Amino acid sequence: MSFIAPNNPSDVNQGLAKLGYLASEGLSSSIFLSLSLQRPLFLEGDPGVGKTEVAKTLAKWADTDLIRLQCYEGLDASQALYEWDYTKQLLHLRAAEATGRASKVGEQGLEEEIYQERFLVKRPLLQAISQFSQNPPVLLIDEIDRADDEFEAFLLEILSEFSITIPEIGTFTAEVPPIVIITSNRTRDVHDALKRRCLYHWVEHPEFDREVAIIRARVPEVTEAFAKQVAAAVEQVRTLDLYKPPGIAESIDWAVALGRLGSMSLNEETVLSTLGALVKYREDQNRLQEHGITDLVEKALARAG
Amino acid sequence: MPVSVNEKAAEVPERLTVGFISLLRSLGLQVPIGSAIVFQQALGKVGIGKRESVYWAGRSTLITDPEDLPVYEYGFRVFWEGITDALEERIPSYQRVALVTDDGIGTEEELSEASNEGRDVINLRYSPSEVLWEKDFGLYTSEELNEAYELMKRMTLLGGIRQSRRKISSKKKSQYPDLRRTIKSSLRTDGEPIRQRFLEVGERQRRVVFLLDVSGSMEAYSRALLRFVQAAVVGRRQVEAFTLGTRLTRITRELSSRNLDQAVSASSNAVQDWSGGTQLGETLRSFNIEWGQRGVARGATVIILSDGWDRGDASVMSEQMHRLKKVSYKIIWVNPLKASPGYEPLAQGMAAALPYIDQFVEGHSLNSLEDLAYVLSE
Repeated sequence: MSFIAPNNPSDVNQGLAKLGYLASEGLSSSIFLSLSLQRPLFLEGDPGVGKTEVAKTLAKWADTDLIRLQCYEGLDASQALYEWDYTKQLLHLRAAEATGRASKVGEQGLEEEIYQERFLVKRPLLQAISQFSQNPPVLLIDEIDRADDEFEAFLLEILSEFSITIPEIGTFTAEVPPIVIITSNRTRDVHDALKRRCLYHWVEHPEFDREVAIIRARVPEVTEAFAKQVAAAVEQVRTLDLYKPPGIAESIDWAVALGRLGSMSLNEETVLSTLGALVKYREDQNRLQEHGITDLVEKALARAG
Repeated sequence: MPVSVNEKAAEVPERLTVGFISLLRSLGLQVPIGSAIVFQQALGKVGIGKRESVYWAGRSTLITDPEDLPVYEYGFRVFWEGITDALEERIPSYQRVALVTDDGIGTEEELSEASNEGRDVINLRYSPSEVLWEKDFGLYTSEELNEAYELMKRMTLLGGIRQSRRKISSKKKSQYPDLRRTIKSSLRTDGEPIRQRFLEVGERQRRVVFLLDVSGSMEAYSRALLRFVQAAVVGRRQVEAFTLGTRLTRITRELSSRNLDQAVSASSNAVQDWSGGTQLGETLRSFNIEWGQRGVARGATVIILSDGWDRGDASVMSEQMHRLKKVSYKIIWVNPLKASPGYEPLAQGMAAALPYIDQFVEGHSLNSLEDLAYVLSE
């Protein structure tokens, strides 16, 4: 550990808090251990609880690059590792042919020419491993549950060696392993072998006080009292069996939206006009209205005190 | 003997690590040696002077599933804090439930006997098992059940196919050029890409989600159907399995052991509510909240194996089926009672669910399960 070397979990907590990320004690511990044991951190939890944000904030804190690999179905080596720049290769070949050089150097020679590092397009995993700046980057492997399970096996191999072999060129090995954060929404179970390579943390929705603090930190224009009302309302909405319960990301969006309307206290009218920032499915909005906005506002005001 | 955290600081930490982990293992958690080593290292970083440090060091290194948390928490309290009360309450999913062994699961000898018998049965497929194919599971003797399990193993579930985003190389001309291979082959012709290569869209199996009703009214069928579900979990990828009853239990992990009997008894142990009451609508709701909406059911073929008997409120059932319908690709309802002459879907839950079902099939015999396998592959 050359650059950020926290001595204990609360160093992590304070470091991140300065950048506006308020981590729970458990998350701070996991991040601390991940940094000091140099193991990837696997974060799982509902959408919108701030998993991706951990990586972003860590990168800021460590003053290093964030390299992000967004997973999706069908993600393969050419998108995750490297790909050859085919257009450049073709141009090179055509030029060789036009000048008559192609027949001189022959198949072998041409092959050596086009498989060089300058024709290589580095994708996130290779970037993270082959970066030679002073600080190792933060590698964010986002929503791994969206990638097919074949990809996990492949990732497992890279995460245990931190090296990648390209048959035509050779092997890249990381001098200092990157800080790796893997996130999952748990739409399917990620294989245990991969989780075991990592430190595991299940990210919960924040409890009331921390949610208030997060809203205050992220949306400075709202008052303490108002942030409390927002958090209280969101807390209630989460219990309503929605299709997609709001995460902390939605609380922040909603607080911003309410703030723009200049409201200083929750009321039925402003809630109705900003509902889209809080719940994003039509069915969920209907469900909320069925439940009763008046009731929601009343209870939130009471809870916020 | 439980000692306070402070006293322990003076002791040799390895002994503590090993002791704690063996306690967790005895509670049913799987802790590989690799994780134990990382836990030891983690303790070295955070020390054992503070309860929270130890707790989180263990939690982030020994646990890989939120479902295992209650067990971990219980184990932590017992080992580090010496509190031993309320075992049942704290670790519901690991409470061992004795399973009535009416299906030949029993002692080791019985197990090996059963599988020996099974091997012989396959040869007899065209004589007694002909009858077996048609016979109602509820009327099976325990020998016949064992034979049926052997036959179920041979059923393969193809499931629906959908387009994958992964492209594969193609022999035909298509709209997707394969530049990598085109360039490779053009090297042979002095860099002139004479032979173009192409890619085509690959195929991928849809996820299949089984929801097996294990309530009392399904008793005659649920154990046989569980074997069928197990064959599916082992036989192909992308299968999830849950049981419905008074509560929702995920049994995919338990069923994925290739040792059939082990898998079935592991999942029977995990399921707390064998032959209990039915809260179909309510358990479906927990499925939607905990798994369905997160994406387990999204784009998947959902197979509900149930007689549709629900003691809860029918409107809950209807609402939850509606939610499920919206995210899934197809809902197939397998009802063992459907085969009985004069059957009408009068059970409250069944009637409420009917409008949301794409296919309604029988599930009382081997033949009907084979039909299901066929329906799935359509």
